[in-house]
Amino acid sequence: MTFDDFLDLAAAICLLLGAFLSLAAGIGLLRFPDALSRLHAATKPQVLGLLFIVAAIALSSRSVPALLALLPVLLFQVLTAPISAHMVGRAGYRTGNFRRELLLVDELETAVDEASREADEAGEPVEDRGVGPAPTP
Amino acid sequence: MSAALTVLYFAAGLMFTAAALLAVFRIVRGPSILDRVIASDVLLTTLLLVIGAEMVITGHTRTIPLMVVLAATAVFGTIAVARYVSKQDKPAGDESAGSEPSLGIEEGSAK
Repeated sequence: MTFDDFLDLAAAICLLLGAFLSLAAGIGLLRFPDALSRLHAATKPQVLGLLFIVAAIALSSRSVPALLALLPVLLFQVLTAPISAHMVGRAGYRTGNFRRELLLVDELETAVDEASREADEAGEPVEDRGVGPAPTP
Repeated sequence: MSAALTVLYFAAGLMFTAAALLAVFRIVRGPSILDRVIASDVLLTTLLLVIGAEMVITGHTRTIPLMVVLAATAVFGTIAVARYVSKQDKPAGDESAGSEPSLGIEEGSAK
């Protein structure tokens, strides 16, 4: 077994791990009960799975330019995955797309209540709250 | 050696196929628009990983720019939908639900 064979095998194993994380996300989407827990499953292949695939490409191509071209992929994904997860989680909480009986602690509830009370005192209409954009002063 | 690699590649392909099918199932089934947007995000991520896997299997690096563009722009669709999702998309117990049918009644009410 030459060194090249070893690198190819390592690349194939990285590929398999990335595919496994992707499959885990699919199973999580199917089995988890509400939108917020499905969000948890969905973020697994976005970073670690992509990391495995990028490692597999780097191991199989064995060239520095390819690796340099792959780094922006990881960078963009790591930068943007939390943004989309945050937006979906925020909308999911405020539209009630989760099962309250599955929560142990809901720290956001007191904050939302407080914000609603302040909005009441300021006399803002009800439809300005919740999911939409924050009301402009 | 090459036969073992073929088996590993085949297993990875099967897993990707199953993941994409499960994501499509969740897009079709819903119940809420947020479940669909999460599932479509997973489908896009699976596509990104499959493009990378195809490069490993066939041994070229020509589709790396495609991966860069996908990774940079995948976030926009999710943000756009999550930003404008409305109160009417509650999963259950909301009689005033609009065009989005609430199919998730059997999964229990939120409150």
